[in-house]
Amino acid sequence: MASTHEQTAASPHDEGETRRDFLMLAAGAFGAFAAGAAVWPLVSQMNPAADTLAASTTEVDLSPIQEGQSITIAWRGKPVFIRHRTKAEIEQAQAVNVKDLPDPQTDAARVKRAQWLIVVGVCTHLGCVPQGQKAGEVRGQFGGWFCPCHGSAYDTSGRIRLGPAPKNLEVPAYEFLENSILRIG
Amino acid sequence: MASPGVVQRVSDWIDHRLPIITFMQHELHEYPTPKNLNYWWNFGSLAGIILVIMIVTGIVLAMHYTPHTNYAFDSVERIMRDVNYGWLIRYVHMNGASMFFIVVYIHIFRGLYYGSYKSPRELLWMLGVVILLLMMATAFMGYVLPWGQMSFWGATVITSLFSAIPLVGDQITTWLWGGFSVDNPTLNRFFSLHYLMPFVIVGVVVLHVVALHTHGSNNPVGIDTKGPQDSIPFHPYYTVKDFFGLGVFLIFSAGFVFFAPNFFGEPDNYIPANPLQTPPHIVPEWYFLPFYAILRAVPDIWFIDAKLAGVVAMFGSIAILFILPWLDTSKVRSARYRPIYKQLFWIFLADCIVLGWVGANPPEGYFVVIGRIATAYYFLHFLVLLPLVGKLERPRPVPTSISEPVLKGGGVRAQPAAAKPMEKA
Ligand code: HEM
Ligand code: FES
Repeated sequence: MASTHEQTAASPHDEGETRRDFLMLAAGAFGAFAAGAAVWPLVSQMNPAADTLAASTTEVDLSPIQEGQSITIAWRGKPVFIRHRTKAEIEQAQAVNVKDLPDPQTDAARVKRAQWLIVVGVCTHLGCVPQGQKAGEVRGQFGGWFCPCHGSAYDTSGRIRLGPAPKNLEVPAYEFLENSILRIG
Repeated sequence: MASPGVVQRVSDWIDHRLPIITFMQHELHEYPTPKNLNYWWNFGSLAGIILVIMIVTGIVLAMHYTPHTNYAFDSVERIMRDVNYGWLIRYVHMNGASMFFIVVYIHIFRGLYYGSYKSPRELLWMLGVVILLLMMATAFMGYVLPWGQMSFWGATVITSLFSAIPLVGDQITTWLWGGFSVDNPTLNRFFSLHYLMPFVIVGVVVLHVVALHTHGSNNPVGIDTKGPQDSIPFHPYYTVKDFFGLGVFLIFSAGFVFFAPNFFGEPDNYIPANPLQTPPHIVPEWYFLPFYAILRAVPDIWFIDAKLAGVVAMFGSIAILFILPWLDTSKVRSARYRPIYKQLFWIFLADCIVLGWVGANPPEGYFVVIGRIATAYYFLHFLVLLPLVGKLERPRPVPTSISEPVLKGGGVRAQPAAAKPMEKA
């Protein structure tokens, strides 16, 4: 090859290109950063606004709820199920072999006081509200809740037992205050 | 006497500066179109007309609609009862969405039958799939606006699909909602996007038509035009045929608007949205049913749970259309000359209808089994049958020109002296 000739001819040219390459890269990087910085607020504005985040605790009086009864309250725009469980329901929830569950969790890990089960009433499949709160509604074959949308069945601890939902019903953060008041959130 | 001259001079003056008249003349008047197009070729222009109707009725509805959870339902009821001709405008918009999908689905199956997606029309086809996706997003968001029970729960189920994405799924869903559930921020952004998307569709339609006019329409025989003897000017021959089809179609649509305006709707959507109570049986609009069936059909696969697998299969069922031009290995376009593909086409159409029927029913008992078989067949058709049949099938002899089957024995052979030089041209 005509190497010597080409190299001598090419080397000053190469140096010029490297400098230009650097400028191109630096300008390109700044441009990309600036574009990212400009787009970020446009993406971020879609996340929950400050007032949406703030409105997020709810209090309920538990005293009127009889054993075996359930109530539904709204928290962050979602239903929360509060069930005053019977002895039989508690035993049923505790008797399960945790290893056999799709989303293994003991009943004790899901309640603070065994008679009160508090879960977010949103099916972990695609977000429908499962049935089983009102007397006469189907509770599915595990005695908890049954989601009519695609057939997920939950047990008396709100754990997923059958159907397409992957996880147990979520347990929200909550606290028992004095005089049988419950605060969620 | 002098006036035509004036008109002519004004139009020449404009055309010299902005060649819009030459452009129209070229694209609509002279545009050479295969002379053998049948009525299945009406549905493209019909789709375009419906798009315009949707935009016009939509803009008018937006003058009376309030995108707020406390007022949306009532504002739609006000449109129905108090606004002058509000009932008509809303029913046209509501049924227009169904008509749009009927027309576009026919348009797509026309393409599947006559192999319109094959070279050199791959990009034309892919732009069409983009339009389908945009239409689905638009219709889904529009359905949320009246804020009835189906609006709310449809929105909840569909946005929750994104929670199936590993790791970031929940963050994405919260981001889409702008809160912790479908609520006022969600309704607001859906309205904003529902207004925007149809105009994006217009943009993609323009690209679709540019791609179409680059190589011209395919035709029922599926071979290229070989010269002027195979084509006729678009105007007046196809403008008049398209107008006739439009007339028939408008009668069909008016039948729904005036005599069965809620035929395609769900009664539950006339109940205001209640975030604490899911209706016992939720179904999407009819045009989503086959995809909904695919979503629910897929069981746990190995380490992927059913929720994620279902979502992947559902989006995959549309995404697969993008690569269809490369999955179908046959060189012959039209199913007329492909004895085996022709049968597969009808089986595939039946499969889609079965999927729609399964999607409309609760996922219990034998519906689950049928749904799974039909879903498996859907993918089998594209991924296995089409590539294989293209290789194994022996196509029937394709005519040498478009004129041949039309003129029974053929324009080309009838006047060999005249046709030969044209073929070379
Ligand atoms: C691609 C074209 C479009 C499609 C497929 C479409 C689809 C839909 C659908 C399915 C509904 C629900 C109808 C109902 O059940 O009440 C709807 C509602 C609505 N659309 Fe559209 N739309 C389109 C274009 C537009 C445009 C351009 C606007 C302009 C702003 C618009 C404004 C509205 C409004 C205000 C509503 C709520 C009122 C109502 O529910 O009737 N749409 N749309
Ligand atoms: S949303 Fe509950 S099973 Fe699908």
